[in-house]
Amino acid sequence: MDGGLITTVCIGIGLLASTLGVVGILRFPDVYTRLHAETKLTTFGSIFLCLAIIVHVLSKYLAGGDGQYVVLGVHTLVALAALAFTNAIGAHAISRAAHRAGIKPEGVIDRLSEVKQK
Amino acid sequence: MIDIWEAALAVLFILILVVLIRLLKGPTAPDRVVALDAINTFTVCAILIFGVAYQETVYVDVAIVYALLSFVGTLYLAKLVGGDI
Repeated sequence: MDGGLITTVCIGIGLLASTLGVVGILRFPDVYTRLHAETKLTTFGSIFLCLAIIVHVLSKYLAGGDGQYVVLGVHTLVALAALAFTNAIGAHAISRAAHRAGIKPEGVIDRLSEVKQK
Repeated sequence: MIDIWEAALAVLFILILVVLIRLLKGPTAPDRVVALDAINTFTVCAILIFGVAYQETVYVDVAIVYALLSFVGTLYLAKLVGGDI
């Protein structure tokens, strides 16, 4: 079983998504749009990079059968869970703090301010 | 024949350097927090790829601890920007 092609494809997808997130950070005009692009695309890219690592480790383990590859794969899964769950919570905290600091979105309807004024 | 993991590391390093532009010239404070969050995510991915490329199992544990500590730092910076502290 050779996992080289699947690993390469997963690394390509992850790096492409991360690059698109960086382009979104540089080109969008507002705090909220930048945070939207950054959070979604970097989380997507991290998931695919960790998936590439897990596929590589599984192919190595099924070919050679060394015990340390199982430890590496399981710890990669734990790191991916920590990263993917905490990115969304951090993004919500940043956007709430930016709205409390008085930064308004540019040119769109701001429903949160309308609700707070009632 | 270049190694695919080292190529991925080089691309992640270039991406971190590009996000550093936004961190240095962001107009407001939440822009800088967003850029720092992106840099932390890329750093966790780079540590994981280091651990696989050079077959060091300990680096993955370092990546777990770094992910949790960067989350705590992001929450603290968000409270500081929002004026809750």
